[in-house]
Amino acid sequence: MMETARAEVEDFLFHEASLLDAWRLDEWLQLLTDDATYRVPSNDRPQSDPKSALFTIADDIRRIRARVTRLKDPHAHAESPRSRTRRMIANVRIVGDNPLVVEANFVIYRFRGNEDVRQYVGRYRHTLERRDGKLKIRSREAIMTRWSSPPWVQ
Amino acid sequence: MSVTRLVLNEPQAMRFEINRAALVDQKIFEAERGKIFERCWLYVGHESEVKNPGDFRTRTICGRPILFCRDSASELRVFLNTCRHRGTVVCREAEGNAERYTCFYHGWTYDRDGKLYAVPGQSAYPPSFDKSQLGLQPPPKVDNYRGFVFLNFDAKAVSLREYLGRATEYIDLVLDQSPSGRMEVIHGTQEYDIRANWKLLVENSFDDYHLITTHATWLDYLKSSGVEIKRPEKGHVLPSHGLGRDLGGGHGTTDNVNFRGRPVAAWIPIYGDAAKPELERIRSEVTARLGAERARRVCDTNRNLLIFPNLVLLDGSSVSVRSFQPTAPDRMRVRAWALGPVEETSLAREVRLDSFLTFYGPGGFATPDDIEALESVQTGLGTYKEVQWSPLSRGMAKEGDQLNTDEAHLRAFWIQWDKLMRGA
Repeated sequence: MMETARAEVEDFLFHEASLLDAWRLDEWLQLLTDDATYRVPSNDRPQSDPKSALFTIADDIRRIRARVTRLKDPHAHAESPRSRTRRMIANVRIVGDNPLVVEANFVIYRFRGNEDVRQYVGRYRHTLERRDGKLKIRSREAIMTRWSSPPWVQ
Repeated sequence: MSVTRLVLNEPQAMRFEINRAALVDQKIFEAERGKIFERCWLYVGHESEVKNPGDFRTRTICGRPILFCRDSASELRVFLNTCRHRGTVVCREAEGNAERYTCFYHGWTYDRDGKLYAVPGQSAYPPSFDKSQLGLQPPPKVDNYRGFVFLNFDAKAVSLREYLGRATEYIDLVLDQSPSGRMEVIHGTQEYDIRANWKLLVENSFDDYHLITTHATWLDYLKSSGVEIKRPEKGHVLPSHGLGRDLGGGHGTTDNVNFRGRPVAAWIPIYGDAAKPELERIRSEVTARLGAERARRVCDTNRNLLIFPNLVLLDGSSVSVRSFQPTAPDRMRVRAWALGPVEETSLAREVRLDSFLTFYGPGGFATPDDIEALESVQTGLGTYKEVQWSPLSRGMAKEGDQLNTDEAHLRAFWIQWDKLMRGA
């Protein structure tokens, strides 16, 4: 099995963040495996199972795709007109080899209209897989640090 | 005819308007605390959140730090979370289990039932110092309706039962989902801020007029996953029939024929084929227990129930308990939980939680657009000195039943709000 270097993982995560910041959501979907999951646990239950605890987001790939469909619709009012975002990904660490588990810190700065910044601070935990030589996201978990979230999370 | 500064209510002329200052003005916001929140029964939490002796949760309610806990005899307790010595917050954890509560500042220690247990160096106090009078202080009134715990800062307030009045009919309908009538808060709190006046969330929580336009993408999501969404009947705006009901005391509810999925017990394709037999089993249990007619109400109708002033039970795609604390005229903190029957199987629980996320919460397919609407309203209300009034008169010319898309239940909230603000 091919050893994965942190630099490659960082490049992948930076690229992924840039697609989201640029709202290139269809290209972003291509970075996910066909059985990918995306989870945001409740702030007070960061280590839980969505089958038995209330999450903020617990998507399988179908709902991730439905989420993208929704967000691209001009009637998704929370993102129409769109926010401007900038994602900072840092402290990237490979914490498991098989499967490849990668943790990183994030700060997302989100600007709506002329408003002050809204900040989303947290930690990612990704399971990555190599498919056809390319890294893809098998699971993504975003664990928020603040007790109370700004108004919404996508 | 009654005309006040903030709510214009002219039944003869069929006019009902809200002065937008009520949603913006700092002085009105400050007056609300004394006239509304310090006089009404306010939701603290659910008994299932503190299951065992010593379990506790801390909350902020009406600006007060509150300790919600169970004592050694397993009685529910609510205390003002402040040390009787200097005022320090005694319990600074969000939740946990405590043998005793010790203030870290000078070490005063309280029992689970609030009694002052130990004071370091007590002998230095004069004889007038009476430990028995210095326990953790409870709010003036605390009561519980079928597991929902409330407090009241007004010692002269009517009983909780009297206060809830006809709203209990709808609380009971929610609790009838459980074979034993017992529901529990499921782990995980959705806590988030909204940059809007709290009364806008009151309105939004049981105003069904906004559904088609605000939640167009949610309806599309349902449709694309195989849920049938009927075209509204002539003169209507929603795919199914629903009423808006004034329950007295400022409480109100929608009472709607279901068209979306319900964990109890209306299956939709989003739940997956594997869940179908389980939902059928749940429905037959409800029918056997309650009879066909009430079972239809429990399983085939949705309700968004407002308990005045700031508690909402959303019984639709799932059951959510939502309460919100105003923190500024244009800001509130929302806390929401999922509620489920204590007997629920793991499969039914999974369906309930997943269904919750299709609509509710800051990551749902609907709530973010509600939040956007509220924040957009609040921004628009920056014009309140020029554009002073908002009409709230839908349905006023109608005899008999009011629809969920009418505004009779919203008017009922505002009439009660106005009555209390005028000190009546």
